[in-house]
Formats: sequence, C-alpha cells, structure tokens
Amino acid sequence: MHQEYTVIEGDFVNAGKASSSVKKTLKQLNVNPQVVKRVVVALYEAEVNAIAHAYGGKVLVDIDPDKIRMVVADKGPGIPDIALAMQEGYSTARPEVRDMGFGAGMGLPNMQKNVDKMNVTSEVGVGTTVEMEVNFV
Amino acid sequence: MFYHALQIEEPRCIGCSRCMKICPTEAIRIFGGKASIQEHRCIDCGKCYEVCPAQAISIKDDDFEAFRRYPHSVALLPAVFMGQFPDDISVSKVYATLYELGFAHVMEVESAAMIYKEAKERYAREHPDIRPLISSFCPAIVRLIQIKYPSLAENVMPIKVPLDLSAMYAVEELMSRGIPREEIGLFYITPCAAKVSAVKAPVGEEKSIIDGVINMNSLFNRVYKRMKDNGKNHQYKPLTRQRLGADAILSTLTNGERRICTAKRSYAIDGIQNVMDFLDKMENEEVEGVEFLELRACDQSCAGALLSCDNRFLCGERMYARARKAAERERNGEMPRDREMEKYQEYLIEHSLVEEVQPRSMMVLDSDIGKALEKMEKIERLKVQLPQIDCGVCGAPTCEAFATDVVCDKAHLHQCVFYRIHLEQNGKMSLRDGGANMKSIWGEDRIEKEIEL
Repeated sequence: MHQEYTVIEGDFVNAGKASSSVKKTLKQLNVNPQVVKRVVVALYEAEVNAIAHAYGGKVLVDIDPDKIRMVVADKGPGIPDIALAMQEGYSTARPEVRDMGFGAGMGLPNMQKNVDKMNVTSEVGVGTTVEMEVNFV
Repeated sequence: MFYHALQIEEPRCIGCSRCMKICPTEAIRIFGGKASIQEHRCIDCGKCYEVCPAQAISIKDDDFEAFRRYPHSVALLPAVFMGQFPDDISVSKVYATLYELGFAHVMEVESAAMIYKEAKERYAREHPDIRPLISSFCPAIVRLIQIKYPSLAENVMPIKVPLDLSAMYAVEELMSRGIPREEIGLFYITPCAAKVSAVKAPVGEEKSIIDGVINMNSLFNRVYKRMKDNGKNHQYKPLTRQRLGADAILSTLTNGERRICTAKRSYAIDGIQNVMDFLDKMENEEVEGVEFLELRACDQSCAGALLSCDNRFLCGERMYARARKAAERERNGEMPRDREMEKYQEYLIEHSLVEEVQPRSMMVLDSDIGKALEKMEKIERLKVQLPQIDCGVCGAPTCEAFATDVVCDKAHLHQCVFYRIHLEQNGKMSLRDGGANMKSIWGEDRIEKEIEL
C-alpha cells in the first residue's frame, strides 16, 4: 500500500499530519502498538525537519505485510556533514525555530533510535532524502 | 462479547440518527429505521443518551428494591449525588432520608478519595519509567484508551477507584463487627453508564465487589418524594458521621485529581472530544514531559454526568460550596479524623492494584495483516468514489465508516443514495428495488408518506 504526503516549508501548524495518518493506518492493520509508536515518532521528526530546515518536500510511505518503508525527500540546503548531523545535540536551527521548541539537535539521532534501518543521502544546495524502515515483527 | 450499559429501546427509537452522528467512536448504525450499537466500539460515554429526542436510550441497572434482600445494605453514593439537591436541603437530611428509605448504611464513595490518591502516588513512585500516568478514575476513558489508543493502555494506572476502595472498606468494617458477607449488600448509586459497565464488567478484574447498581435519577426521585411527603415539620435523624474533606468532595470534578497530585507537569481534560484531541497528540509523542493526566469523558466531569439531573454548573457550584464549608471546618480543627477508615488505609492500598489494562482495538480490519492491507486498499479506493458529504443516508455516520462497513461485508454499496440513483438512472436497479433498499435502512413508514404543502 502506497501513500504520499506533501510537506510545506515553515508550515509548523500542519506538522504531524502525515505521521497521524500513518498511525491510523497502522492501527487498522493491527500492528503492535509499540511498533506504531516508533514509526510515528520517527516520521514526525522527519516531517518537522523538512518543515524547519528545508523548503518543504514529500513523504512517501509504503506498507507491506511485514514492514513499513518511509522516504522523506526535501528540497533544501542539504547536510554537508551527515556524520556530524547524526550526533545528539548538533543543530543548525535558526533561533526563531528553536524558540518554537524545535531544533534541539535530537532529530536525526532520535529517528535512528526508533527505526530498524535508516539511510540519509544529501547534496548541498539540492536537498536531503531520509529513508527509514521499521519491521512489524 | 463486550458489555456495555447503554441500550436502545427499539419501540421508542424513531431512527432519527442523531445518536449515530454524535457517537465519538462511530459505534452506531441505522437498520430498519432503528439505531443499533456495535458493542465492541461502545465505551458507554453516553453522548447518544444526551442527544436522543425520544428517550429511547436507557442505562441498564438493577431492580431498585434489590437492596432490601440484604440486612446490611450499603448505599454507596457518589459525591455528585449531593450536588443534585437545592441549597436548602442539607447533606444530613439526604443521609437521614436514605436511612428512612431502608438502607442500613450510607457511605459516600469519595471517603476513599485520599486513599486512592495515595495508591496512585505510590504507583507513580514504583513505576518511574511509565509516563505520563493516566488516571483510572473515569471508566469511559479507560475503555476509550483500550479501543482507540491501544499504545497508551500501559499508561493507565491499574488501580481501583474510590468506589471499589470504599466498598472494600465497608465490607471489611462490617465483617469486623461479625456480620457475614452474604448479609452485606453493596449498592452503587451510579451517575453514568460507564460506571455501570465498570461494575458489571470491570477492566483488570474478574468480578466487581459491588452487588448492584441503582440509577441516580431514580434514587433522587425517591429521596425527593420522601422529603416532600415528610412535610416541613418532619424531624430528621441527625447525622453523626460526616467527614468528607474538601479535597475528597472536589475529587470527582474537573481538576479534582490534578490539583492535589504531586506530578510536576499534568493536565486535567474533560469532554470526550477534548480528550481525543489531546490523546491524538500524546500518542504521536508531540507532547513531552507530561507526568499525569486526569481525563474525564463528561464536560465538567461528574457534575455533567448523564444521570446528573440538574445543570452541570449548578451542581458543580453546590459541590464547591460544600467543599468550602468542609475546608473551613478543617481549618478550624472541627473535622474529626476518620480513624476507622485510617485503620484500613494500608490494607486498601495493598489491595488496590488490578491487572494491567489491555488494549482491545476496535480499529483492526483483520487479524491477518496481509488481508487487512487488502481491505484497506479497497477502502481507500472506495472512499474517494463516495460523495464525501457524510450525509448518513446509508445508515453509517461517515462515508469512510460506510466504506469500511462495505469492505468488511457489513453493508451493501447500493445503500449509498448517490450510488443508488446512479444505478437507477442507468437502468441497473428498478425504482421498486431502490425503494425497498431505502426502507431496509430507514423503515417502512418514511417513504410511504405523502407530503403535502
């Protein structure tokens, strides 16, 4: 099953729309509630990243009987040093974003923690793509 | 089989579908001109009961006279019962009248409110890894979490509520006086449907300690009538034991638990829709650092309960007035300590735990995830073809609920009025069959009527 969502730059008001919708789907599929939680937390982080740091993007979700694959692709400044960005507490967020409670530098590490597989590719000046997979069992 | 206490009285039901539209868990459908409740989705919140214009929804209760079979009947009253009476009727007068009606003992369940508080605090200390902790107080909320927010089921504190704790106290106390258990009859005066379910089919327990439930409205009527019959000059027996403190009185109102809990960050939320909005956020972990949640299904909590016969704000203010008086007595040292209850405090707290709250999701499409995925894809395809105006003529509350019913073989696609007209216009369904179809949902009478201006 395939789902697509669009994320708009700076639209914090609608942050979480994709993850909420995915959550509802997974509940209907009888996926273990704790697994649903991990999926939702990771996807929400990714959504907020695309809203806060990039110029918006797309969320693509594919659900199979045994796993979910999520791709969050943004058009944005890109990440020059992915290894650095994966460190807890590292943040490039602007002060006004931090004032809204976002940008604490926990995004990527928190996503990593909640998923079974994660791959980040990025090109400076073009954008970043985060691919994540969570197994249901 | 899932127990629920709300039931539709078919002969009275006019099939108006107000209940179907308001039900927060989409548990109601219309067939043959009558509403019906899907039991696995009903949480006994009572929204349907409130909107029914025909009083066709009732709450299961026990025979009022049943308490007379027990020499030691105990009326277990919710504090909100006192809030029903006009200001000139005192608490002692209500107690005295209950004795006159034949109850051997009267006890307000909030007598155990502080023990409940202590049991919760201990649970919080012993389970520092579970946050937020959700109060077990409102049984409609516990069921809502079980069916709609399964990932939060483990956050619900598996602790007996003041009703059960006070009932346990009553049994222990009476038995210590040599009274055998079979002579003790515990009757809860229920302000709502959810509490009936909590007694008849408790979550986390085999069986409730309570022997019967009495509808709060029917007791109110009997008490009020008795007072009228007694006349103005009647001498009421003075009440010797009234020790409900201010915190206990307020505990069933919104903020009642939160205001006395030691949690750093907590929220008190009332009204089922408000609770659902919050839990949606909570489940996404969009709200962080919350330690405690007091969630109540009714607006203004128990003052707005289904069987609270007076206006929720009037009732709430009367409870505040009583609490203010109690607080003043407490300040002046006039409130005797409840030493009898204190004797049992440790025993009650030790026995306050029930089994963990288990999720029982209503949302699952199929236990096989492959089949569930297939169904979901069908639902998605079907949903966009339906008119998306949630008119309810199909007998389901929304186009989405209808699509789900169709895919799960609980409804036929031609129940959709738009699709049916399409079939009729293209010669794929006769007008006669279309009419029969409409009657199967909305009953015989509705389309037999001639309408004249």
